[in-house]
Amino acid sequence: MGLEAYLFVSLLLFVIGLVMAAARRSLIYVLIGLELILNAANLNLVAFQRFHPESGLDGQIGAIFVIILAAAEAAIALAIVLNVFSRFGSIRPDDMNTLRD
Amino acid sequence: MSGSEVAFAIFTALALGGALVALFERSVVRSAFAMFGTFMGVAGLYLTLGADFLAMTQVLIYAGGIMVLYLFGLMLTKPSRYERNLRRIGLGAALAGGLALILLVKLFGGMNGSVPGPDELPAPEPTAEAIGLAFLRADEWLFAFEFASVLLLATLVGAVYIARRRPEPRSEEAA
Repeated sequence: MGLEAYLFVSLLLFVIGLVMAAARRSLIYVLIGLELILNAANLNLVAFQRFHPESGLDGQIGAIFVIILAAAEAAIALAIVLNVFSRFGSIRPDDMNTLRD
Repeated sequence: MSGSEVAFAIFTALALGGALVALFERSVVRSAFAMFGTFMGVAGLYLTLGADFLAMTQVLIYAGGIMVLYLFGLMLTKPSRYERNLRRIGLGAALAGGLALILLVKLFGGMNGSVPGPDELPAPEPTAEAIGLAFLRADEWLFAFEFASVLLLATLVGAVYIARRRPEPRSEEAA
């Protein structure tokens, strides 16, 4: 398949991830939407690298760094979600409406 | 349809189907499980692009690590049902649709004939060894590689510290 097909799939993944993050049903849901957005960006990187063979492996290596950062982000975000839950008793973004105690 | 087109169609259906189920499913736990399909589909798309090492990394880290972490996060917090807020989804969809339209126009309007077709590309080769060497060569990615490892260490120490701290429940009395 050509480059356009991959870009189109990646665009759809990005849009679905954006809608998930904007729907804000729960913090976990927002984070899953962010993972979808990162996956769409990765797919773009790898597709451009494949269709420009003169660029070497830089696209794939960039995608690996994105995956590393996504793992770090998931660990920190889950720790924060646990703290938010013990403070507010819920992980709905709408329930978090105080700036301090 | 050739074999690669069939593979592309299957993996695309898996990725987009999983994402759509995750978007419209009422239960967040089921949404999280649907994301496994999405990550497997994206890994398959990586395979069709000749990125074998990246596909395996995707399965290991996303499906095996990050989604399990999210499932733990879901199970450690209150498993309540979440309403499907159609107004919110509509708002987000309007925003995302506008952005998608802009991106479509920019992408396909700006594309000229310099991109080779799928038949003119060289056959994909195994990439694991080349990626490993690129990571270890000082004039390529060695610094970024070491920096990423230090970042992961600091992140995990910080995550443990944040998760172990137990804040007081919010007091309801008037200040």
